[in-house]
Amino acid sequence: MWEFLNGRAALSYTPRMRIYEYQGRDLLASYGVPVPAGQMIESIEAAAGAFKMVTAGQASPLAVVKAQVHAGGRGKAGFVKLVKTAAEAEAAARFMLSNRMKSPQTPPEGLEVKRLLIAQAVDIAARPGGGAEEFYLAVTTDRGTRRNILIASREGGVDIEQVAHDRPEAIAKVPLHPIAGLQPFQARDTAYRLGFAGKHAGQAADIMLKLARLFVEKDCTLAEINPLVITAGTGGAPGPVMAIDAKFSFDENAIFRHKDIAGMDDPGEQNPLERRAAKFGLNYIALDGSIGCLVNGAGLAMATMDVIKLHGGEPANFLDVGGGATEEAVTEAFSIILSDRAVKGVMVNIFGGIMKCDIIAQGIVNAATKFKNPDGSTGFKVPLVVRLEGTNVEAGRKLLEGARGSLPTLQAATDLTDAAKKVCAAVA
Amino acid sequence: MSILINATTRVICQGITGAFGASHTKGCLHYGTKMVGGVTPGKGGTKDENGLPIFDTVAQAVKATGADATMIFVPPAFAADAILEAADAGIKTICCITEGVPVQDMIRVRALLDERNGTKVLSEARNGIMLIGPNCPGVITPGPKTGGGTGASDPYTNAGCKIGIMPGYIHTHVSQSKLGKSVGIVSRSGTLTYEAVWQTSNLGLGQSTCVGIGGDPVRGLDHIDCIRMFEADPQTHAILMIGEIGGSDEANAAAYIKANVKKPVAAFIAGRTAPPGRRMGHAGAIIGGADDTADAKIKALRAAGVEVALSPADMGRAMLKAMRLG
Repeated sequence: MWEFLNGRAALSYTPRMRIYEYQGRDLLASYGVPVPAGQMIESIEAAAGAFKMVTAGQASPLAVVKAQVHAGGRGKAGFVKLVKTAAEAEAAARFMLSNRMKSPQTPPEGLEVKRLLIAQAVDIAARPGGGAEEFYLAVTTDRGTRRNILIASREGGVDIEQVAHDRPEAIAKVPLHPIAGLQPFQARDTAYRLGFAGKHAGQAADIMLKLARLFVEKDCTLAEINPLVITAGTGGAPGPVMAIDAKFSFDENAIFRHKDIAGMDDPGEQNPLERRAAKFGLNYIALDGSIGCLVNGAGLAMATMDVIKLHGGEPANFLDVGGGATEEAVTEAFSIILSDRAVKGVMVNIFGGIMKCDIIAQGIVNAATKFKNPDGSTGFKVPLVVRLEGTNVEAGRKLLEGARGSLPTLQAATDLTDAAKKVCAAVA
Repeated sequence: MSILINATTRVICQGITGAFGASHTKGCLHYGTKMVGGVTPGKGGTKDENGLPIFDTVAQAVKATGADATMIFVPPAFAADAILEAADAGIKTICCITEGVPVQDMIRVRALLDERNGTKVLSEARNGIMLIGPNCPGVITPGPKTGGGTGASDPYTNAGCKIGIMPGYIHTHVSQSKLGKSVGIVSRSGTLTYEAVWQTSNLGLGQSTCVGIGGDPVRGLDHIDCIRMFEADPQTHAILMIGEIGGSDEANAAAYIKANVKKPVAAFIAGRTAPPGRRMGHAGAIIGGADDTADAKIKALRAAGVEVALSPADMGRAMLKAMRLG
């Protein structure tokens, strides 16, 4: 992924939605980018038929079976397999669909695999001077220049972050005009710089133009082909340029205008608490610590995590209730925070602006009276430290004081430091 | 004095008939902002609940009211167009509060604004169009408290201007500050800005202007633009900058401060404890590379002579320290 390209902050990150490899292939194909024959399957029974279909016409059939998950490390975990026969394809499918995939990039319990891609295995032409004709192409947004950029390298198929780190000169970066997009001459120039020649240069340039157009039209945050290859072809002559693997992510803020992409979202892979939070318009990220946080505003929420850590505690989550949260959303926020069994205390930090302190206070009181403990009793058992400031703060404080009976663990804090100290002491 | 806006700024609201647009138009009126009208296509010729005239287009609103600033509350899908419409109508200060504007839209908007301004650095454009946001709390130049802030006939101040969603009363005009000094505040975050304002007010400082530049990766004004304007503003005595993880804006600002800024500067960077690769609420707040981390930014700022608060509770005190007042 691009997160560590060059070890630099050159690239942009936005809320994003990812799609599976097979969906990315289909997307590329819909823009006319050549991809190997492939089929997505969801059952072991479908494997043999898919194998026959994708290898039809091959002298010596060869296909690759790949688990469709949003995590790397598939190869080492045995979830990418080359198969020569329909029976081998079925065996690979059986293994992948009945085992959870575990890799350093998955949660410890692994990921359930529900879909597989069976694709024709393509022979890659040998590169004169050694290696294979594998290239790297991507389009992303460079927030420093406020432009989309095409990133291309002659060294594809490998860890591109390593290439970027070791030899930045091996990576070409071409800015796209913000209105006109990538121009054909830029694509041709890039293709020649990468070492494409003859008809391959035209094919590679065409793919670059299509990828750039796809990136902008579909509001991507990343559109990556790795590797882009020159296929081995038949009878000694190299075959066409083809995209073997692709990765896409999309700007969630623009999903409203892409019903096709929205339909590809698989919420099943999201943390269940994060999914629940999203339904209520809460911005929640689960972390490893013991202090639950409920804050309004993303910056203040981050700063609250920081101040907790500074006083020796560990935040259990990032939670921004947003500006327009209702009492119900606040109640839900508490329920989500307390669903995390590691939470030993909760810090509420509200600086009322749009959000009014009395709304938060009422939400806290409601949550406390409704919250059911595992033993059937209601009310919060964990220490609760509340810091309120800003719009309607007096009304908010009064509400909380008036509800002391249902909030036995409540401690009011006068400022940020006081709140952090109190909650850290309470969980220590 | 101040930057961007002052008591004479005439403001319209694009999206004045929406729930947020309507309630914050009222909030600004109560603060004392010269709200002069609003725009909602199709509702031209009517008036809002405060009696402000509503127009179909920004050009009509500008012609009839002499507006020179706008506050945008339209839904995200229409925000880019609203910004460009305001720019085309000759509005100089465009404040886009809307959250969730697609990045590709903002790339086009910035390119068109830069073309109009003839520069890629907004604050260097002479008489240029200043875009604040999107996804921001807005901008405020506080005035002295002269009223209760209970209504348009009893505004909080008779000499201030608030364009946005921030609570006005936490701000202090320099004339009513204990120490008689005012700071300019620039921040990527909303509520964290309120926190900084509150702390500086409580410690006896006033604020000249506070700008929430927003948390999106492609936006209008950056830290560096605001810092340049604060440095040039005679009534701003010191600068407080609030940044967060993600992007290189703070590092660029650090280099700029080192070379160009004589006024005392303090800073806080949120997100020291944020894990890499997770987006912390703001679209721009995600650690990508080594320069994106809070620690890298803090290091760059310290090297530029900036007083950096490590705790968000110490932003005000860091400002006093930088000013040699605490």
